Amino acid sequence: MAKTDKKVPMNHVIGFALSLIMTLLAAWAAIQSDLPVTWVIVFIMVLALLQAGVQLFMFMHMTEKESGGGAVPWNMMFHGFALAAILVAGSLFTMSFGFDHGDHGDHGGEHEEHMEMDDSEGDHSGH
Amino acid sequence: MGITDILVTGEPIIYAAMVSIALVSIAIPVLLTYFKKWGWLWREWLTTVDHKKIGVMYILSALLMLFRGGMDALMMRVQLAFPDLGFLDSQHYNEIFTTHGTVMIIFMAMPFLIGLMNIIVPLQIGARDFAFPWLNAMSFWSFFIGAMLFNISFVIGGSPDAGWTSYTPLSGAALSPGPGQNFYLMGLQLSGIGTLATGINLMVTILKMRAPGMKLFHMPIFTWSTLVTCFIIVFAFPILTVALALLTIDRIFGAHFFTLTAEGLPMMWANLFWMWGHPEVYIVILPAFGIFSEIIATFAKKRLFGYHAMVWSMIIIALLSFLVWVHHFFTMGAGAFVNSVFSISTMLIAVPTGVKIFNWLATLYKSKIEFTVPMLWSLAFIPSFILGGVTGVMLGMAAADYQFHNSYFLVAHFHYVLIAGTVFACFAGLVFWYPKMFGHKMNERLGKWAFWIFFFGFHVCFFPQYFLGLDGMPRRLFITNVVEWLPLNVISTVGAFGMGLGFIVFVYNVYYSFRHAEREKTGDSWNGNGRTLEWATTTPVPFYNFATVPYVDEIDPYVRMKEEGKTTYDESQLKPIHMPSYKATPIIMMAFLGLASFGLVFEWMPVAIFGLIGGVAVMILRSFDYDDGYYVSVEEIKRIERKARGL
Ligand code: HEM
Ligand SMILES: [Cu+2]
Repeated sequence: MAKTDKKVPMNHVIGFALSLIMTLLAAWAAIQSDLPVTWVIVFIMVLALLQAGVQLFMFMHMTEKESGGGAVPWNMMFHGFALAAILVAGSLFTMSFGFDHGDHGDHGGEHEEHMEMDDSEGDHSGH
Repeated sequence: MGITDILVTGEPIIYAAMVSIALVSIAIPVLLTYFKKWGWLWREWLTTVDHKKIGVMYILSALLMLFRGGMDALMMRVQLAFPDLGFLDSQHYNEIFTTHGTVMIIFMAMPFLIGLMNIIVPLQIGARDFAFPWLNAMSFWSFFIGAMLFNISFVIGGSPDAGWTSYTPLSGAALSPGPGQNFYLMGLQLSGIGTLATGINLMVTILKMRAPGMKLFHMPIFTWSTLVTCFIIVFAFPILTVALALLTIDRIFGAHFFTLTAEGLPMMWANLFWMWGHPEVYIVILPAFGIFSEIIATFAKKRLFGYHAMVWSMIIIALLSFLVWVHHFFTMGAGAFVNSVFSISTMLIAVPTGVKIFNWLATLYKSKIEFTVPMLWSLAFIPSFILGGVTGVMLGMAAADYQFHNSYFLVAHFHYVLIAGTVFACFAGLVFWYPKMFGHKMNERLGKWAFWIFFFGFHVCFFPQYFLGLDGMPRRLFITNVVEWLPLNVISTVGAFGMGLGFIVFVYNVYYSFRHAEREKTGDSWNGNGRTLEWATTTPVPFYNFATVPYVDEIDPYVRMKEEGKTTYDESQLKPIHMPSYKATPIIMMAFLGLASFGLVFEWMPVAIFGLIGGVAVMILRSFDYDDGYYVSVEEIKRIERKARGL
């Protein structure tokens, strides 16, 4: 129980450094880089996946010998991903699905103007 | 910026508050020095990692916050009943309803429940402490310092004034300049760290440290409710953390996540806030359900009816609680389809909630009820909470909500669920487990007075508010000299003062019982009606809780143990007990991070950076701390146990 293990946990140190570097890279891509928007998004997505991998393999005991060659917390991972899905899909659903933009739209005559408004607002919620 | 620039000036009430705060903050050190208690305070409390002591500190802080939030409430009620008096101005009124809501939910309800969990859950599962005692202390200090940071906004810098929901764009830098809103962001962020850590800590404790033989479906129902709550905490709080961080970046570093300009999405704040916020209301109600279940089973002297149904309904409530958040902004203007989906998911929650209500009623059915104070709170909870739940379903109908939303009808709804649910449960649980914490019970007669006064005050205060809402009175309204609303508002204010009086009696009872109550001689304090392991410990509970860890393979194990004349103590099985050492690092680390937060509030970057470096330094220091605790010798355990058990 009270075993004193003075080895430096290199795995954690490397993981910590990696996660910081990847965060900084993502920030750089978004703020400083001249990459086109699509590439910024792709780049950030890839970094996010790598980041998740670092967390799982270097911190979450996925590969630890002591827990029998890796106790994969499938249950919690499933819930984590389910929640992330609810967050993203739910936000898209509520923020941009079937918006009627208030009252306008039922009056026939001023169609042009409303088209414009819908467009600009549609743009907003698309982000 | 000089000190006079940041102090709030020009308000008699605030001057009074300053004077009293100054007096208290002078009085405490003076008294401590006079009675030579500094060392004691530091050694026994400020550096403790004992879950029982941390729990007591949580509950004391929560009571303090209940007082603060209650004062806010009474000031609002005075303004609403006597609008012509000019008691508050509109700015002050905005600040008060904001701090009231935030303090009550974040700094009162949650810490109170977490305090009870701290003390009781390890005892119920036969554990000697939390899985991570150091982390537990850190959680407490992050909550406490976060709460203090939020509270000083009253006299320094000015309070936040955009509601406890802090909706953007109002709460953004453009419309709410100055430190007020930053206090909200940093106070919640700091205490949120602690809540998240507690969620993880308790989850691991419950999953990994149960007594041998105890399966999940042998656990006491309060422990179950805690486990389910921890899952909600762990999944919901990161959303709040991120939302707060984004808004902080908006306000302090000029980003545009939630601003009106530069393609910000103000409504995204409401969306994220309620993705956390709705699970949050279940974080404060599920433990309450657990507490009532324990008390009702104890004083009905029966096993809880439908234990499995109770557990499953909590799990279903927890899952559904992540799927209903849009009901808080039906009026945002999403299409009918979106609203219908969330309308239905909202109403679905009423089903498992109803299952629980029927199970409590079935537990009471044909039982010999003992009307103790905790039982009175629990019995009062059932009908009162139903009123809150039914009106919740009414609010859940999207079309009808266009009428109810942001009216006093809503205010009445959430006070019916939060007070009759959470606050009643906090009082009930405190009285119920009081002997475990302090070695004596609270006086029954005073307890009954407190209960009846508070109970009537509550209904007199909030029942009229449903009708005020139906009459069209909006919430967060400062001017109410509309003749039609005045009578009901006056009645409501009378009720509010009734609740205040009930609270005073309750607190007086703490003092009175400390002086006069008989000290407990057995651990099974309620006439031998205890059913779960916490009652099998001696009173006062030794710091290691259980000298020998009991074997448990059924629900309500203590009932059978008593029938068979057994205790959890077996002297032949004694082994040295491994306990964690007390540490100063949690309080020091959180003090540094508190300083950093304070720096960010005023956007004094050097202070913020200094605090952050300090916090990280303590964290590193802690990483190289190889103290693995100490062992309590068998002789010492024997001595303590023999004395406590009168052997
Ligand atoms: C049967 C269960 C419940 C249902 C169907 C329900 C439904 C609702 C709905 C639809 C709203 C939004 C109304 C509006 O803004 O117009 C609401 C608000 C609220 N509910 Fe509930 N509720 C339930 C239980 C609870 C419980 C158990 C709690 C807390 C212990 C709670 C706390 C709140 C709070 C704090 C608000 C207002 C938040 C704000 O706008 O400041 N509710 N509820
Ligand atoms: Cu809700």
